[in-house]
Amino acid sequence: MKLYVKYLAILFNSQMQYRMSFWLLTVGQFFVPFSVFAGLYLMFQRFGQLRGWSFFETALCYGVIHLAYSLAECFARGFDSFSGMIVRGDFDRVLVRPRSTELQVLGSQFEFTRLGRMLQGAVVLAWALYKLPIAWDAAKAATLALMIACGVLIFAGIFILFATMCFWTVQGLEIANIFTDGGSEMAQYPLNVYRKWVVVFFTFVIPFACVNYLPLLYLLGRADGPPVRYMLQPLAGMLFLLPCLLVWRLGVRHYRSTGS
Amino acid sequence: MRAYLSVWRLRFLQGMQYRTAALAGIATQLFFGLVFIMVYVAFYEQGSSGSNFPLQDLVSYVWLQQMFLTFIMLWFRDNEIFELITTGNIAYELCRPCGLYPFWFAKLIGQRLSSAALRCWPILAIVLFLPRPYRLSPPPSLAALALFAASLLVGLFVVVSVSMLLHLSVFWTLSPTGSTLMVSVAGEFFAGTVIPVPLMPAWLQRVCDFLPFRWAADFPFRVYSGQISTGEALWGIAAQLAWIAGLVAVGMLSLRRAMRRVVVQGG
Amino acid sequence: MITLQGIGKSFKVARRAAGLRQAAKALFVREYTVVEALRDITFRIGEGEIVGYIGPNGAGKSTSIKVMSGILVPDTGTCRVMGFTPWKERTAYVKNIGVVFGQRSQLWWDVPVIDSFRLLRDIYKIPAAEYASQLTLLTETLELGGLLQTPVRQLSLGQRMRCEIAASLLHGPRILFLDEPTIGLDAVSKLAVRQFIRTINREKGVTVILTTHDMSDIEALAGRILMIGKGTLLYDGTLSDLRGRFGSHRTVTVDYRENPRPLELPGAKPLSWTPERAVFRVDTGQVAIADVLARLSEQVELLDVAIEAKPVEELIVELYREHRI
Repeated sequence: MKLYVKYLAILFNSQMQYRMSFWLLTVGQFFVPFSVFAGLYLMFQRFGQLRGWSFFETALCYGVIHLAYSLAECFARGFDSFSGMIVRGDFDRVLVRPRSTELQVLGSQFEFTRLGRMLQGAVVLAWALYKLPIAWDAAKAATLALMIACGVLIFAGIFILFATMCFWTVQGLEIANIFTDGGSEMAQYPLNVYRKWVVVFFTFVIPFACVNYLPLLYLLGRADGPPVRYMLQPLAGMLFLLPCLLVWRLGVRHYRSTGS
Repeated sequence: MRAYLSVWRLRFLQGMQYRTAALAGIATQLFFGLVFIMVYVAFYEQGSSGSNFPLQDLVSYVWLQQMFLTFIMLWFRDNEIFELITTGNIAYELCRPCGLYPFWFAKLIGQRLSSAALRCWPILAIVLFLPRPYRLSPPPSLAALALFAASLLVGLFVVVSVSMLLHLSVFWTLSPTGSTLMVSVAGEFFAGTVIPVPLMPAWLQRVCDFLPFRWAADFPFRVYSGQISTGEALWGIAAQLAWIAGLVAVGMLSLRRAMRRVVVQGG
Repeated sequence: MITLQGIGKSFKVARRAAGLRQAAKALFVREYTVVEALRDITFRIGEGEIVGYIGPNGAGKSTSIKVMSGILVPDTGTCRVMGFTPWKERTAYVKNIGVVFGQRSQLWWDVPVIDSFRLLRDIYKIPAAEYASQLTLLTETLELGGLLQTPVRQLSLGQRMRCEIAASLLHGPRILFLDEPTIGLDAVSKLAVRQFIRTINREKGVTVILTTHDMSDIEALAGRILMIGKGTLLYDGTLSDLRGRFGSHRTVTVDYRENPRPLELPGAKPLSWTPERAVFRVDTGQVAIADVLARLSEQVELLDVAIEAKPVEELIVELYREHRI
């Protein structure tokens, strides 16, 4: 995907033209989740634990999800802000180029200011890992990496789903926030904190549980049963992306038969 | 009379166009409210660490936050005003016959009020009938309700006077994003949106008391649930008014100074 | 090269509610009207032609362009371009066409033009040697030398349009679709763009399909005109044929030494008169210009004569009128 890197380069150059505002936004982006994390810290200070999870265990979960979300927001921005593309009529231009629509939309925009959030997530993750007595081995490290990677893919899938909605209407897209911002707010806590139906929904419909709860148990040494089951959980989350891309193809077909 | 009816009709039809956006907003707020409450419920299972702030009150607190989000958010900026300042078109505003500060103030109040009015009723209708413990409970007395309404409205003025200062800061920083983002994040934190003020450690609550932010959110919401007695509430409203007076004074002075700069430098 | 046969396309357009009752109804049920944007469009364009594509707004021009460029799938009919069916083999087909949308830019806004060109080279997978020679050719003929290092946002509209056209030709397409390329351009830029289109058509044999409202573009470039109105093809022919049909009138303006009496000319309709200048409309089908001039010089001492053919705009308006659009 050399072309993707080229897209990245040209848009990075573009944004660097506005250096000052870039840095201000990036720094600001660090503080938004920082305040949320501060809240989390204070709650644990008062209550001690959350349904059996300690502060650092929760922080691990928090770090993984927020890192995944900010990575997705940075690199899949093209789908996140697809409504703008449709409204401006730029999607026609995509159809006139001899490359796949997915690649072009993906390469159409990046949000580098999310670096601030990424840093915050990474710092929290590092801190949690430092403080947690986990017996590390290659398998666990791989699981952690998979959790983050598949988290990114799940969020990207959600972006793609709602971008596809733009082919039919650009109104009411705020609903997407429930699943993206809402999803990350919610998945930052281990899922057993919530009621049963929430857990079910976020295991089978939008599989946050695959990168949040089960592999977490494994990492913290609380899993019973063969470890492989837990390690491969995130991959199940990755499968979520496939129907999203399918729906995207349907959306493109609809656009091409009804115009804009 | 006819003219008013047609204007109302036109606004109403316009309003109908925004139904999808409003619906989406309402759904979002309901979702977030539920998530927050579920997390707090899980925390409260731990024991009595939350005894100074009963769960019932906390639930009211969360729902009121969601319903009146536009009253609290500092990030609710007016692009028009920012553009006027950064492009230098502010000079045209000087030609208006009315005072600039009250004009912008009224504008910001109007925006927040209309946005909240559209969304709070449907949310209210739903959260009154949710299963316990997620339900919004009614206030303990009529006095509490009345004082709540009063303090909420006065609180709106507090928020807007802070917001005015943010907008005015652009005269000096010329970029709407940097300074406002930091202050909004901090302001919303100290207003209890991230963690309710009563659940903060004692020293942090002290800090909140010295800042204007909690007077727009935390204070009216606790008046509603009866946590703050009617006597205290009346004193609280006085404190709100004091904050408004101070912030507005600073605001008007800053505006005057900024305008003088504009006139001298030519934008 | 381009063959369209019986192309038809209809759209469902949601009916906007008017009035309170309708608005309330619209909350539950959406009513649609069916708009036939294209009906039985059939034509053939050969290689190396320059075709002007005209018609009133909403007539179906952009719809048919979208069909030809593979963006839109028609309901009925067939279309073959260079052996491809545009919407069926999109990625393979699209390598061979270039499109310029007049009001939308395909260049990346904040970076130098050359960076955009390089990215396009990678998107189209143009071999290095071909890219280099094409770039040199385009830079010379469009005079882009000083512009390549400038960010697009700093260019004037004329400069930007030249870069857009260059960008659409980098991959050496054999067909170029131009959608209102001269809109908003100053006179010098317009001439440059027209000159360029003529050059690439003549020297590289690029087939050009040009949509425009500017009739002087048509006059300068298009040998052939396709006119669309209300979704159907109304006229397919050359500009000279059109002139033959409607263009027999001439406007004759004469300046003469002061004459207090209005002039008499059978077969000529006076449009305006002052003691020094008169303007007539002459139907050359009925009266020869030579006769008109002879009669005029009998009546006055001619100082200056100007004879103008009907402007293309008027010809087009006549055509619209004939088809009642």
